Amino acid sequence: MQAEGKNFSSRASKALADAGLQQQVSKLKTGFVAARARAVAALPEYEAMREAGAAIKDHTLENLDFYLERFEREVVKRGGHVHWAADADDACRIVREICARAGARSVTKGKSMVSEEIGLNAALEADGLEVVETDAGEYIVQLAKEAPSHIVMPTVHKTTEDIADLFFEHHGRHGFSERVTDAAALIAQVRSVMREKYFSADVGITGANFLVAETGSNIIVTNEGNGDLTCTLARVHIVTAGIEKVVPTLNDAALFLRLLARSALGIETTSYTTLSTGPRRRGDVDGPEEYHVVLVDNGRTKMLSGAFRPMLRCIRCGACMNHCPVYLAVGGHAYASVYPGPMGAVLTPMITSHEAAGELPHACTLNGRCQQVCPVKIPLPDLLRRLRHDQWEAGFIKGKSRWGLGIWSWLATRPSLYRLVTRFGAGVLGVLGRSRGGFRRLPLAGGWTAGRNLPAPQGTTFHAAWAKGKKRL
Amino acid sequence: MMTQIHGDSPETDGRPRVGLFVTCLVDLFRPGVGFAAVKLLEDAGCTVEVPRAQVCCGQPAYNSGDEGSARRIAMQVIEAFQGFAYVVGPSGSCMAMIRKDYPVMFEGDAAWHARAVALAERSYELISFLTDVRGVSAVSASYHGNATYHDSCSGLRTLGIKEQPRALLSTVDGLTLAELQDAETCCGFGGTFCVKYPEVSVKMVSDKVANIEMTRADTLLGGDLGCLMNIAGRLKRLGKTIRVFHAAEVLAGMAGPSGIGDPEKD
Repeated sequence: MQAEGKNFSSRASKALADAGLQQQVSKLKTGFVAARARAVAALPEYEAMREAGAAIKDHTLENLDFYLERFEREVVKRGGHVHWAADADDACRIVREICARAGARSVTKGKSMVSEEIGLNAALEADGLEVVETDAGEYIVQLAKEAPSHIVMPTVHKTTEDIADLFFEHHGRHGFSERVTDAAALIAQVRSVMREKYFSADVGITGANFLVAETGSNIIVTNEGNGDLTCTLARVHIVTAGIEKVVPTLNDAALFLRLLARSALGIETTSYTTLSTGPRRRGDVDGPEEYHVVLVDNGRTKMLSGAFRPMLRCIRCGACMNHCPVYLAVGGHAYASVYPGPMGAVLTPMITSHEAAGELPHACTLNGRCQQVCPVKIPLPDLLRRLRHDQWEAGFIKGKSRWGLGIWSWLATRPSLYRLVTRFGAGVLGVLGRSRGGFRRLPLAGGWTAGRNLPAPQGTTFHAAWAKGKKRL
Repeated sequence: MMTQIHGDSPETDGRPRVGLFVTCLVDLFRPGVGFAAVKLLEDAGCTVEVPRAQVCCGQPAYNSGDEGSARRIAMQVIEAFQGFAYVVGPSGSCMAMIRKDYPVMFEGDAAWHARAVALAERSYELISFLTDVRGVSAVSASYHGNATYHDSCSGLRTLGIKEQPRALLSTVDGLTLAELQDAETCCGFGGTFCVKYPEVSVKMVSDKVANIEMTRADTLLGGDLGCLMNIAGRLKRLGKTIRVFHAAEVLAGMAGPSGIGDPEKD
């Protein structure tokens, strides 16, 4: 299901009523959360690795210009090209121009969240190119004309039955006329369809898990091997990457690979870790003729200079969403953003705008579980609170939320008046509700009483009773 | 020897003067928790006072982005709780606000920052104060029932409260404690979250209720009234008989016949 609706609440409401989605997200809770916990518990040095990961990222961000320029030099030295894209439009334009110069007609793509962020598929398709996602999950959401609902598992919202229907509808022209529901048979269809595409593709586009400054290498991790084929079989390989993806050395990258696999999937390492360093050299048996890296800013340098810099440490593992009780209740599409869950709620306003991100920073209980599991220790709750503050200051928070809180705050700084009001309130509500224990409905408390009783006060406030010298109720 | 309280002295007759931060929810909805806190603190050798100029820690404003109002409320708290050896409250959430967030809120203001830090360093959540600062290892209380315990998020993650309530509850006569599956998962309260996103919040608290029922416990305990009102509110809406108490009520032997959200029986 592609959740639609004008705001988070209405999309969440639909998601909560979607039995298939509920069944799917509950698998995250039992599967990946437990797997991560086991993988982490097996490493006594895990906390030290997190510390080191955060420190390396902070150091790199502090010296980002240096490492990016070093990366560029190394790529160029090996015959590749580096392009600097200020924003999404710029990035799409650069990729389109490379494709046009190469006379490309078909493009294969490895999984890349930054390509989702910049809307690359739509831009290339507008130029008449055939674009095929080669990651099985991305391929499925592409067929369904949906967006990924998770940054690591794009189809986490889809049941096997949904996928069987999609393949039955689309794979007839590839010679698959029967509807299959067996996972192995479904995967076999993807492999078969992909084979043709890999060999006919002119351009292969991948993302980057890490860019290594010392060697000019791009590292991607996959569990299907589709990344290798995408970057070696096409004539031109284009890497699209956010500027924060750079790490100083291969050694640093090794640490992040360990953190990433455990945090994302609860495994020690992914099936494939693919390094690509420049185009095919003389004597190489394979590899692309051209190698391009498009470094995408799109709001990131703005983050670098302010309170949101820690968000640029993110290695896109998805642990924050796997552990977020709100994400687990409503899934990714309710966020209506390329990046869902806690990291998405912070990143979205940074790469779009407060208006576009809307209430995402508020759709969170600030319970702190995301920060606890983040492999690079991003203080997500603090950043979400900071966004709420920025929205408050900018006047985005209006209506009942604003004046309701205003009245409360005004009263809270007038203790004597507050005492009078609460004594009266506790008394009245106590008289009305104590015999039943609580209220099923109450004026102005509709949000609370929608699915819960409001427990009745005990009839007096603590302060009133204490002032009378009482020692118990 | 004088037994009355002296101005700003942090001790009275060798007993540390503790300022009780009642919390706004306890004050309004469950004053019994406040009296339980007073008893537990006095039993632990403290003199308890309740400053009059306290209302709320300011968290609703702070978490909604209104830092200006939050700072004004925080200043009032800082003023009200000057001179105490300790400031103690029956809530991990409010005390985490005072301990962790107050100093951050005044980072641009040296004078108030120093006062905020001074308050933060002396502020504790009730049960962890009893065990970690006062060295309390047992209580004399009885409660007949099988309970389970929900770890409220702020207390757990910001203040590291996990074993302390379990340790003290294990010394309550007649009480058995069963562990709750996903005890560390948010119940869906989240302050204003629960009224802004009632459907999501109710889904979260329904999952919590299902886990509570799985333990077959007859009592749910916790250390934060917001979460407890949320969980009790859902339990009672569903017509469940599971009783809900703040852990302090049980530890003080003041749990009484009616749990949170139950009809009054006395």
